[in-house]
Amino acid sequence: MIHKFQFEDNNILMDVHSGAIHIIDDIAYEIVEDVIALPKAEVLAKYEGKYAKEELEEAVEELLTLKAEGMLDTEDTYKDLVPAFLNREPVVKALCLHVAHDCNLKCKYCFAGEGEYHGDRGMMSLEVGKAAIDFLAKNSAHRKNIEVDFFGGEPLMNFEVVKGVVDYARSVEKETGKNFRFTMTTNGVLLNDEIIDYLNEHMYNVVLSLDGRPEVNDHMRPTVNGKGSYDIILPKFKKLVEKRGNKQYYIRGTFTHHNTDFASDVLHMADQGFAEVSAEPVVAPKEMDYALQADDIKVICEEYERLAKEMLRRHKEENGCFNFFHFMVDLTGGPCVHKRLAGCGAGSEYLAATPTGELYPCHQFVGMPEFKMGDVWKGVENIEQRKKFEKCNVYSKDECTSCWAKFFCSGGCAANSYNFNGDINSVYENGCDMQRKRLECAIGLKAALSE
Amino acid sequence: MKHVKTLNTKNLKNSAAKGGCGECQTSCQSACKTSCTVGNQACEK
Repeated sequence: MIHKFQFEDNNILMDVHSGAIHIIDDIAYEIVEDVIALPKAEVLAKYEGKYAKEELEEAVEELLTLKAEGMLDTEDTYKDLVPAFLNREPVVKALCLHVAHDCNLKCKYCFAGEGEYHGDRGMMSLEVGKAAIDFLAKNSAHRKNIEVDFFGGEPLMNFEVVKGVVDYARSVEKETGKNFRFTMTTNGVLLNDEIIDYLNEHMYNVVLSLDGRPEVNDHMRPTVNGKGSYDIILPKFKKLVEKRGNKQYYIRGTFTHHNTDFASDVLHMADQGFAEVSAEPVVAPKEMDYALQADDIKVICEEYERLAKEMLRRHKEENGCFNFFHFMVDLTGGPCVHKRLAGCGAGSEYLAATPTGELYPCHQFVGMPEFKMGDVWKGVENIEQRKKFEKCNVYSKDECTSCWAKFFCSGGCAANSYNFNGDINSVYENGCDMQRKRLECAIGLKAALSE
Repeated sequence: MKHVKTLNTKNLKNSAAKGGCGECQTSCQSACKTSCTVGNQACEK
């Protein structure tokens, strides 16, 4: 399977099953499908009036060389890996720890419904947090790297428990040989010098929520009193990042139907000095006024391209540019094909734990009774549900099997699929369109910068 | 080559042989929390 597209002045050819990516000239771009499908003589005959014979022969030969070397029209043999992959021993190696089901902002698009996930407001106790760490240590088999994301609601509303959980996990590391990596997703309202220093010392990654331009952020992310949050949080985020050194962070926004010109929000955040930026499409029922509509997708795809081109300009004219999460792609390394088949691991190796210790497939499913998996004391008891999630992979959906982007998105987000189609093992087509465009921009940028 | 410039010589098949250790970051923990992108994760090996 191949995919070809144009970005700026480059013709780009992807060989999906080897992962090889080529920049090709106009002749090769036009004839490549025929070189794959037809005998050489027929290809030469088809294009003989259009291109000089010598040039045409040369292009055909070069494409055939790629094919012979396993970098064009490579066979798809990965489906054979699926049975072994389905028989793997169940391992849980990442937890989204909901330390607070309460929030000090009132974001209009919050899937957690202002933090309480359609249930009771509540804080995780240290006892539950410790049990969650024990659950991970016990169920992660031989995996060394264990991930815990402090999430909410707003996790800093329960900062003492965060510290207690980190201390406990560090004490468990020695006896279990595990390496806990902590991350936190925060809205920033409660950040102060003490908390900033703590997060910068203990958190492997921090995700800082800001939607971009002041008017955009304040429209969707008001305080509980209905005022804007931008002026409260921006100076705190700047201070955190200034003091963070080289450690990982993202400033992360959500864009909605109200700001489909979100490239301006990404650029605004970059211009405020943030070097690691992410912007995510909102996940919302389509009847909500802020939900992305089918007609928005074309505009959004054009906006990704506008962003990519501005980033390219900054790279070339300003000698450097910020990183945009979805345009980061490692073409020479990156994850193995097993990871690319399986995706995020929600419901199997990645779970979410609520303040009362209940387990769900991921943060997006919390509060949906039919998705409850078990609890941090007894572990996963809903084996049927786990098996359904384990089975999700790029070969369990026809749309993914035939998609050129399958080894980059790995089948997409189960929660998106469920929210839009009522089935975790389906595809959210608008999300697919956006994902494919992001990948073209990411690879197009790499190609343009390789010159 | 005159008509083709190859950006990478990556072969996913090679990664099938050695891969699958499961030590890499769970993609949703990084920055997205809603839209899975596995292609930008790093291999731990």
